[in-house]
Amino acid sequence: MAKGKREVPELNSSSTADISFILLIFFLITTSMDTDQGLARRLPPPPEQNQKSDDIKLKERNVLTVFLNFQDQLMCGGEYIQVTDLRRKAKEFIANPNNDPKMPEKTTIEVPLFGPTEVTTNHVISLRCDRGSSYEAYILVQNELVAAYNELRNELGNSKFGKVYAECDEVQQESIRTIYPQNISEAEPKKYGDK
Amino acid sequence: MGKFNKTGGRSLPKLNTSSLPDLIFSLLFFFMMVTTMREVALKVQFRAPVGTELEKLEKKSLVTFIYVGVPTQEFQKQLGTESRIQLNDSFAETSEIQDYIIGERASMKEEDQPQMTVSLKVDKDTKMGIVTDIKEALRRAYALKINYSAAKKQ
Repeated sequence: MAKGKREVPELNSSSTADISFILLIFFLITTSMDTDQGLARRLPPPPEQNQKSDDIKLKERNVLTVFLNFQDQLMCGGEYIQVTDLRRKAKEFIANPNNDPKMPEKTTIEVPLFGPTEVTTNHVISLRCDRGSSYEAYILVQNELVAAYNELRNELGNSKFGKVYAECDEVQQESIRTIYPQNISEAEPKKYGDK
Repeated sequence: MGKFNKTGGRSLPKLNTSSLPDLIFSLLFFFMMVTTMREVALKVQFRAPVGTELEKLEKKSLVTFIYVGVPTQEFQKQLGTESRIQLNDSFAETSEIQDYIIGERASMKEEDQPQMTVSLKVDKDTKMGIVTDIKEALRRAYALKINYSAAKKQ
C-alpha cells in the first residue's frame, strides 16, 4: 500500500472560461439593449354604423384646435405659433386660471381629497394634421401636449401633497386625474392637397 | 558573483484563473437580464423621433409592433423609397393590418387580450398620411391602446 492518501485528480477547468465567453457573445449578438419607450395614447373606438357624423357639437370655448400643416407649421386656436409656445398655451387652456370667458367653462365637481373643485371637465384639445405633415413634428406636438398635462398634474401634486404626480399614491393620482383629465382628440386628418 | 547568476531560470508564478469563468458568467447574466431578444429583422429604416414625456412599455408579451419606414438598401431596388409598413417579417399594406392585429390578439391569452398594446415604430421622416391609415385600421380592429415609439431626448 502506498503511503499517504491518494489525491483525486483535479478536473481541468481552463476551458470553462472559453465556453462562457461563447455564450456571452451569443447573447450580445442576439439581444438588443434598447428598452422600448414611447408616448402612450388611447384611440377612440371606431364610429358606429348608424352614427351620422362624429363631430359632436361642442361649445367653441371648450375646444382648442391644434393643426399641423404639410409644412409642419403649427396653428393653435386660430393663430400661428411655434412648437415651443404650445406647452404654455395648452396649460393656460386646460387650467383656465383666470376664468377667461374664452377659455373652457368650469364646472364644480366633488373630488375625493380635494372637496368641491372647479374643473374644466369638458375641455378638448383637438389635434389635427395634414396627410403631408411629418411624423417627427407630430410627435413633437403630442409630446408638448402631454408635457402640458404632466406639468399641471405635477404642480397640483406639489401644492397639495408636496410631491410630484408620479410619486403620489393611487388615490391621490386618481383625484389629480379627475381634475386634469387628458382629453386629446386625434381627429382624422383632412386631405388638403396631395400627400 | 554567484549571487545574481541563478542557474535554472526562475519561472513566473502562474496566475490563478479559476475565477475567470465565474466572472464571465456574471457578465453573461447581466446581459441576459438587461437586454431583450430581437424579435424581427428590420426591413425598413427606422430612426425614432425624440420626446421627453415617455412611458416605458410594460409587458413585452402584450405588445405588438408595427414598423413604418423607408425600405432598407437591399429592398429599395424592388420597392422604391416610399415609406412601407412592416408586420412581423414581411412588408404589408394598410389593408392587412386589421387581420394581423386580430390574429395577434387571438394568439394571446384571453385575460391578456384587453391589455394588448400596439407599438408604432415609425421613422421620423414618415408622412402622417400612412400613420393615419394605420391608426384607422387599428381603430377598426379595436386595438385602441397604442404607443408611439420614441427615444428619450438627451
